[in-house]
Amino acid sequence: MNKLKFYLPVLGFVVVAIALWRGLYLDPKTLPSMLIDKPMPSFELTSVDGKQVSNADLPSQIFLLNVWGSYCLPCLIEHPTLMRLTEEGDIPVVGVNYRDQQDLAVDWLEENGNPFSFSILDESGRFGIDLGVYGAPETYLVDENGVIRFRHVSVLDEAVWQEQFLPAIAELRAEGS
Amino acid sequence: MASSLISSKSKIRLLAVSLLFALCALSLPSSSYSQVDTFEFDTDEQQQRFRSLSDELRCPMCQNSSLSGSTGGVAEDLRREIHRMIMEGMSDAEITQFMFERYGDFILFRPRLTAGTILLWFGPLLFLLIGAVVAFGIWRRARKISDDDAELDKSQQERLQKLLGDKS
Repeated sequence: MNKLKFYLPVLGFVVVAIALWRGLYLDPKTLPSMLIDKPMPSFELTSVDGKQVSNADLPSQIFLLNVWGSYCLPCLIEHPTLMRLTEEGDIPVVGVNYRDQQDLAVDWLEENGNPFSFSILDESGRFGIDLGVYGAPETYLVDENGVIRFRHVSVLDEAVWQEQFLPAIAELRAEGS
Repeated sequence: MASSLISSKSKIRLLAVSLLFALCALSLPSSSYSQVDTFEFDTDEQQQRFRSLSDELRCPMCQNSSLSGSTGGVAEDLRREIHRMIMEGMSDAEITQFMFERYGDFILFRPRLTAGTILLWFGPLLFLLIGAVVAFGIWRRARKISDDDAELDKSQQERLQKLLGDKS
């Protein structure tokens, strides 16, 4: 009994210390998306090149939904990866041009190259709210049924592609077959 | 001389403490930092609801400020949405639910009561209870010891008298 009394505070200290230690290494910026396993929000908007687009225009296979803007510097960092993915035909990428201006977006794509099947023009950021977007860049993985399965906040570079997206896609493919 | 020195020292200390308090009070987050939007409302009540909602909802992009205190793009959009929903006659609960469905628990400065947040809500109470149990234990033991000690047996009494006698 006395031994227990002695060890109880020590045990309490160890539990609290471990919890706080782990807390030091949590990244407060990685926030879970509320839309995982939910269908993509419906939209009827124009694209950056001026066409009417809606959910019916989305690819009927697994695709990436990339949130970008011409003002967004990190988007330039991930841009080569997106270009490579579409050039090599790995996966279609649909863009969401988030809180931007159409003419600036068109210029940006002309200057840097266009990896997107099409880009949804979301000048007001209203579609971004339905997606639960924090800010560009963000990338969502959407399955063939139009259900959001994975989200990555911030730059999607080759390392993130290899380490996070490829396993997630492999899992989806295994599920589907 | 010495006493006046002490009192001037304590005066300085008092001044320092009150300055510290004043600084703390100044640095408290308040709605006086609110962003200036040009939203129009039909009634004061609507405006009041807008203020309290944008104080209670957290800006998703900037981690630790409310929607009202943030210049971030998302915060601006979300304030506009709150205004729209208030003007459309939605209730506070419906607006909060709208935000929760899109941004999750993170956006709520006042977390919901769930299995995951139960420790957050009742943790302080739990620690208070533990403290009360420990304090009660200490108090009971202290009382027991003093009761035991109050009764001296005969040989102890004699020794006490002898000791007291020696002294006087």
